[in-house]
Amino acid sequence: MIKVDNLSKSYGSIEAVKSLSFEINDGEIVGFLGANGAGKSTTLKVMTGFLRPTSGNVYVDDLNILDHEREIQKRIGYLPELNPLYVDMKVFDLLKFHATIRGMTDKQFKTALERVVHDCGLSGVIHRTVGDCSKGFKQRIGLAVAMIHDPEILILDEPVTGLDPNQIVEIRQLIKQLGKEKLVIMSSHILQEIQATVDKIIIINNGELVAEGSSEELIASAQGLAQLTLEIQDADENAIQEMKAFIPSLSIHTLESSEKSSFVTLEYANTSDPRKEIFDYAVKNQWSILEMSQSKTNLEDVFRSLTQKGDQGNA
Amino acid sequence: MRNTFVIFQKELKSFFNSPMAYIFLVIFALVTGYFFTNTFFLYNQSDMRALFSIVPLVYLFFIPAVTMGLIAKEKSVGTIETISTLPIQDRDVVLGKFLAGYSLIIIGLLVTVIHYITLTFVGTNVDHGAVLSGYFGLVLLGGVYSSVGVFSSSLTENSVVAFIIGVFIVLVFFLLDKTLIFVPDALAGFVQYLSVDFHLSNMSRGVIDTRNLVYFGSVIGFFLFLTTRVVESRKWG
Ligand SMILES: Nc1ncnc2c1ncn2[C@@H]1O[C@H](COP(=O)(O)OP(=O)(O)OP(=O)(O)O)[C@@H](O)[C@H]1O
Ligand SMILES: [Mg+2]
Repeated sequence: MIKVDNLSKSYGSIEAVKSLSFEINDGEIVGFLGANGAGKSTTLKVMTGFLRPTSGNVYVDDLNILDHEREIQKRIGYLPELNPLYVDMKVFDLLKFHATIRGMTDKQFKTALERVVHDCGLSGVIHRTVGDCSKGFKQRIGLAVAMIHDPEILILDEPVTGLDPNQIVEIRQLIKQLGKEKLVIMSSHILQEIQATVDKIIIINNGELVAEGSSEELIASAQGLAQLTLEIQDADENAIQEMKAFIPSLSIHTLESSEKSSFVTLEYANTSDPRKEIFDYAVKNQWSILEMSQSKTNLEDVFRSLTQKGDQGNA
Repeated sequence: MRNTFVIFQKELKSFFNSPMAYIFLVIFALVTGYFFTNTFFLYNQSDMRALFSIVPLVYLFFIPAVTMGLIAKEKSVGTIETISTLPIQDRDVVLGKFLAGYSLIIIGLLVTVIHYITLTFVGTNVDHGAVLSGYFGLVLLGGVYSSVGVFSSSLTENSVVAFIIGVFIVLVFFLLDKTLIFVPDALAGFVQYLSVDFHLSNMSRGVIDTRNLVYFGSVIGFFLFLTTRVVESRKWG
């Protein structure tokens, strides 16, 4: 279990993280979302002991990062942002180095090596120099380094950013697999990258928590608008404008007419459903509805609306 | 201790993984060899004094060059984040890196033992004691400069800048006792005690005093302590 408790971190006068609190339970895969500069990396750096909190604390089970840094570090595997690696080492030597630092015996290392080579698909590159590997392989090497000691907790800062779509799918599957036994927190500034992988999403903006929960919970809690797009024949624009008077919950978002038909986008509260009224109104006026499609707020919209306000682009 | 050794091993291996270490050793051997043989044949001296006076000069540039990347490169590549979040102390990392750079310097020094062997064959009245204590002095000097080099490397993420800072600090140490005439009498003794030359000249004459040993030990300790502090300071960044 990880508990971030009222955490703040400033760089000089820049407050990167402000009174942030959240909890993650064992066996959960959590997506840590925010726009560029939201404070994701800063939070993760404090959780791993790279940075000290300006105030607040981070707990791992009954340990806290201020008093038990090394104990906590033993339990964590960390993939820093941009995946820094010792490029002049052989992949084998790199993993061996990390295993030795983690206090593993040769025998333990041998077993662990087999495990990470299998899980991360490294068998082809194990005797190569890290710097000669492709970006996708480097990312897997970074993951292997983080996993070599079979930690209870994996902290991955943008693990799929910069990979091509196929590689993203592979890494995602691996993370999903790992998340069955481990607590995983992975950050991203792109919702689609992680939405499919995670059990729970934590969204921060300007260093503050703005939302937390499963995808469904986040969508339900958002008071968004639904949109209805219509293509209508035999209607003039005035008649369409008048529709608002009959169905008060509507507003007209866009209205365009061509010679043949009119295209209308209507907006109404997510909670209501005026489609039947609209249909009846059209019948009454002898319009022909060629197309009618409704789009409800999706997670993407929730994310955008939560992270747009007050975004000063301070990345 | 074990962690220090693992870091040491990794760094030493990475020196020898790149051409850097070999280039360093070859150039070091050539430069010292050139000056040694020159004076040896020109003045027909049967001692190592020429070597013992040239090595400290060569050190001024060679040691900062060897140590410049030790921490700076971790910062520029970003691996400082990986290594600092492993369950080891920052001082283990600093000490391991220092020892790796220092070892390369000592290996370079060992290469010059060839000159000593030549000397014992062709020379007359070689003062073996003086040679031994002279070498001992160079080993200690190498330690001081390596600690300065590691410290400079911790101050920046740019290896070239680390090199320049390193050269500057070791130059100050090297030149201190040449500034004595400008120093008020009351401070002269103190400034002299700080200068490496003062301690080194004792040793190249064959005198090993605990005062000299304490000096070298504490300067090395001081810079390694400072380096650890600088590395730790990232947490408040
Ligand atoms: N070392 C630093 N010194 C000063 N300010 C910093 C430092 N690191 C980050 N910041 C600032 O702190 C804020 C949060 O940065 P952080 O890297 O945590 O954001 P992020 O959410 O990880 O962004 P990204 O998606 O771009 O990685 C930003 O405004 C950033 O400019
Ligand atoms: Mg980041």
